[in-house]
Amino acid sequence: MTMCSASTWEGNEMSLLQVEAINVCYGLSKVLHDVSLKIETGELVALVGRNGVGKSTTMRAIMGITPPASGKILWKGQPITRRPSHLNARAGLGYVPEERRIFGSLTVWENLDVARLPPREGLEPWTEDRVFALFPDLERFRNRPGGLLSGGQQQMLTIARTLMGNPELILLDEPSEGVAPLIVAQIGEKIRELRDAGVSIIMAEQNLDFVLNLSDRCYVLEKGVVVYHGTAAELRDNKDVQNRYLHI
Amino acid sequence: MFANPMILFIQVMNSLSLAMNLFIIAAGLTLIFGVLRIVNFAHGAFYMVGAYVALSILRVTGDSNLGFLLGVLGAGALMGAMAFVVERGLLSRLYDKEHMLQLLFTFALVLVIKDLVKMIWGSGQYSIGAPPFLRGAVNLGISPYPKYALFLCVMGPIIAVAIWFFMERTRWGRILRAAREDRVMLNALGTDVKLVYSGVFVTGAALAAMGGALAAPRSAVDPGMDSLVIIDAFIIVIIGGLGSLLGSFVGALILGFLTVMGSIYLKEWVIVASYVMMVVILLVRPWGLFGKADEERH
Ligand SMILES: Nc1ncnc2c1ncn2[C@@H]1O[C@H](COP(=O)(O)OP(=O)(O)OP(=O)(O)O)[C@@H](O)[C@H]1O
Ligand SMILES: [Mg+2]
Repeated sequence: MTMCSASTWEGNEMSLLQVEAINVCYGLSKVLHDVSLKIETGELVALVGRNGVGKSTTMRAIMGITPPASGKILWKGQPITRRPSHLNARAGLGYVPEERRIFGSLTVWENLDVARLPPREGLEPWTEDRVFALFPDLERFRNRPGGLLSGGQQQMLTIARTLMGNPELILLDEPSEGVAPLIVAQIGEKIRELRDAGVSIIMAEQNLDFVLNLSDRCYVLEKGVVVYHGTAAELRDNKDVQNRYLHI
Repeated sequence: MFANPMILFIQVMNSLSLAMNLFIIAAGLTLIFGVLRIVNFAHGAFYMVGAYVALSILRVTGDSNLGFLLGVLGAGALMGAMAFVVERGLLSRLYDKEHMLQLLFTFALVLVIKDLVKMIWGSGQYSIGAPPFLRGAVNLGISPYPKYALFLCVMGPIIAVAIWFFMERTRWGRILRAAREDRVMLNALGTDVKLVYSGVFVTGAALAAMGGALAAPRSAVDPGMDSLVIIDAFIIVIIGGLGSLLGSFVGALILGFLTVMGSIYLKEWVIVASYVMMVVILLVRPWGLFGKADEERH
């Protein structure tokens, strides 16, 4: 277990993604304070914390949607701080937003089609067929407008859509939010499959059991500050941190 | 009232040809609104520029079929290039600002373009002849009818189907529809949305200019020609539903028939009639015949 503040990693070897002491503001209110984290290739890292602590903001900052006021973001060692999000997507970052943001008037297939990016070296390319094999429900509804899908189906579609960009790293914001318990388990399965397929994942979650089952390492956020960081096993045993920052 | 089927036939054809002429303008207007959410007051001015550019090209090439084709395409190309500069240089800075600024900007554009047109071409009235192969009349069975007006009747549906095909059946069209719904998300999926916006504005402007060039043989080319057409175009997209292509098509038909038939049967009341029709339609369907209630946008 380590208490984590700005830039305390051991060694200098290049990570897949490194976030170094970023600060993000909405207008005059600052919501992230010197947030630092990193992820290695193949890892599944979780961002946990209660409502409004800045999990989504961290993801939007990495993606370039809400650029940080200060701090650095490195992708394979190269600075990508404040780079427009379409360039980040083309470089291999995938973003699955909490609100899902399906294109409601486009069909399932059209939602996938607009997100298509060229294959990436070293990764098996994602095609409709491969995406449908992962989410068979979507294939049945391939000609249905995205806006008419159920919550769980929309959640699958938003993940599937991001996969069409052949991401090396997926920023997965609250995949279990607002879906039925049975579907949550299914989505957990899919996330495990993705990670086995070699995709690195940063996942924001409030559902602690879900996180502890799936992730390798966890960062705990509280009011825009990283207050704890450790392996999933360490966090599982640390009732103190759980009580202080996670339970309601 | 409908004593003579031949006269009625000609009136119907005139309505259709006016409707299709107006549709070509309204299509660009509704395309720009649909994706960029900008009400482009300068659309009529783009139309006017198209007519003048075609005029100048025809002066160089001389009166010929090829000259006419070059005039129409040249009008679209030149206006498109100008629209690109305006969008990249100025308009793109206003997307995140309030709507009033965007309205003021496109209105300012109207004034600037009108003065430029007067400086370059003067205030006189010009006319453009129809291309040689579309001069004279063709016998349609019931009655002879001017070839050029018939040509416009045919061009309208062709352009409508082309735009529909582009929007519904091509990947670019799908991207435009996605941009209309959520541009931030589309951007995060790897599409350069700024480029999409430029493309839409340029295409809309080029459509307006080609519409102006196509309309020139059946109306006068003068510095006031934009005002008439922009009012009609706005009536069409408002009754059809802002952003809806099908709405613009139906709206253009309604206004075309109302204008032609109205001027015969309603006489001077025709001007009032189009506004009354707009009010009635908006009372029944506030977002127009084929429009959608304003959905939430990110
Ligand atoms: N667009 C915005 N404008 C202003 N403040 C915002 C905006 N988005 C988020 N905030 C604020 O920033 C803080 C962090 O929000 P964020 O959405 O990142 O939290 P979160 O950890 O993802 O929460 P949740 O679990 O509810 O998704 C909150 O206090 C929130 O109210
Ligand atoms: Mg969130």
